[in-house]
Amino acid sequence: MNEIRPIQEEELLAYVDNALDAERRKEIDAYLVANPPVAARVDKYLAHRQALRDAYDPVLQEPIPLSLNLGHMLAARRRRVDKPWRMAAAVLVALCIGGAGGWYGNESRNDPYASGIASLAREATASFQVYAQDPDRPVEFDAASGPELTRWVSSRLNRTVQIPDLRNAGYRYMGGRLVATEHGPAGLFVYDDAHGGRLAMLVRTMAIDRDTPMRPHQEDGVSGYSWADKGLGYSVVASASTTGLHPLADEMRRQVRAEHGPVL
Amino acid sequence: MFQQVEPMIPALRRYARALMKERDAADDLVQDCLERVITHWDDRRSSGDTRSWVFAILHNLAMSALRKNTTAGIRQVAIEDVAESLSTRATQEDGLIYQDLLNAVDTIPPEQRSVLLLVSLEDMSYAEVAKTLDIPVGTVMSRLSRARDRLVRLLGGARQHAGPAATLRRVK
Repeated sequence: MNEIRPIQEEELLAYVDNALDAERRKEIDAYLVANPPVAARVDKYLAHRQALRDAYDPVLQEPIPLSLNLGHMLAARRRRVDKPWRMAAAVLVALCIGGAGGWYGNESRNDPYASGIASLAREATASFQVYAQDPDRPVEFDAASGPELTRWVSSRLNRTVQIPDLRNAGYRYMGGRLVATEHGPAGLFVYDDAHGGRLAMLVRTMAIDRDTPMRPHQEDGVSGYSWADKGLGYSVVASASTTGLHPLADEMRRQVRAEHGPVL
Repeated sequence: MFQQVEPMIPALRRYARALMKERDAADDLVQDCLERVITHWDDRRSSGDTRSWVFAILHNLAMSALRKNTTAGIRQVAIEDVAESLSTRATQEDGLIYQDLLNAVDTIPPEQRSVLLLVSLEDMSYAEVAKTLDIPVGTVMSRLSRARDRLVRLLGGARQHAGPAATLRRVK
């Protein structure tokens, strides 16, 4: 055998972990052939390394649990961090509007964000962020309790409310809840797709803007489409990165308009 | 940040599972880790390697969690949970071998065990492990060596040379 540098114990470890250069690896291969007891020990190292991987590699294939959804965690943090200055900004805006109102009379009455369809959109956005994006408990009534929820929401709104069926569009109805808005009770219905993407529909009665064509809106990373029919306002909202929200909103509007639309 | 960290989550879960055994405890740990990563993202040394930084956070959380519950009772339950979570493709015999191995790994002191797992499971280089655990490379090597020798002493090479029943007897 050619003369080789003495074998270091840590090179045997590196051999097991495939961390040697090819030349040294070859030398150690030859050394192991000539030294069966050491070779037996190295074989055991290799077998244990492989068995550990066999035991734990299946974890890599598991779907990531909801609680570890990084997107949700980032969104939740952004909301927490944004809150203080956002509230300060809102106060400032309110003061400015108030001040301007003093100067310009009743201008603020025409502020599109004060009421009507715009406040519906804002309320839907808030409900989406607080409830629909909650990783643990987005809904209070699960999908199976749909009829119970629609009865309750219908009685609170004093109007018949239906839950649109989006299965053909790839969204499953997860469930919903009754939520509070500045303008009274509202129904919130939450859906998700196969990748965990969520959207929600908020419905409440409208005092003004009782019949309004669909209009898009986006605020705070949430986009949506809102409209009103015969005194019932609807807002369909999802994370701003969601694609194809407009046709989904159209489909929901079609279903709630149909006299005998599908009811879950 | 999202692009860098999200692909690591499966490996973080694997390392946490190997350290904690119990699935929920492991995932809780990963959740804590991700919260910290989000909070301290801007504080990390920009020159540093992100993977080492993230694993170091997880590792430190795991070590303090392990210090809290080192009672034998918890360990015992945990091993059964692991066997259950591995049920997928393992035959019963494989299950026994895994269980012996996992029992043996459990007896390795945590500071050696984490070196063994980072090297064997995560394919970290010795230098990367040193950085993650904030110890010299020489210490990484000696801990790895002791961990592997301990497994050899406890298990022998039973996986190839003897049937599972023999393995079981030898360990018990």
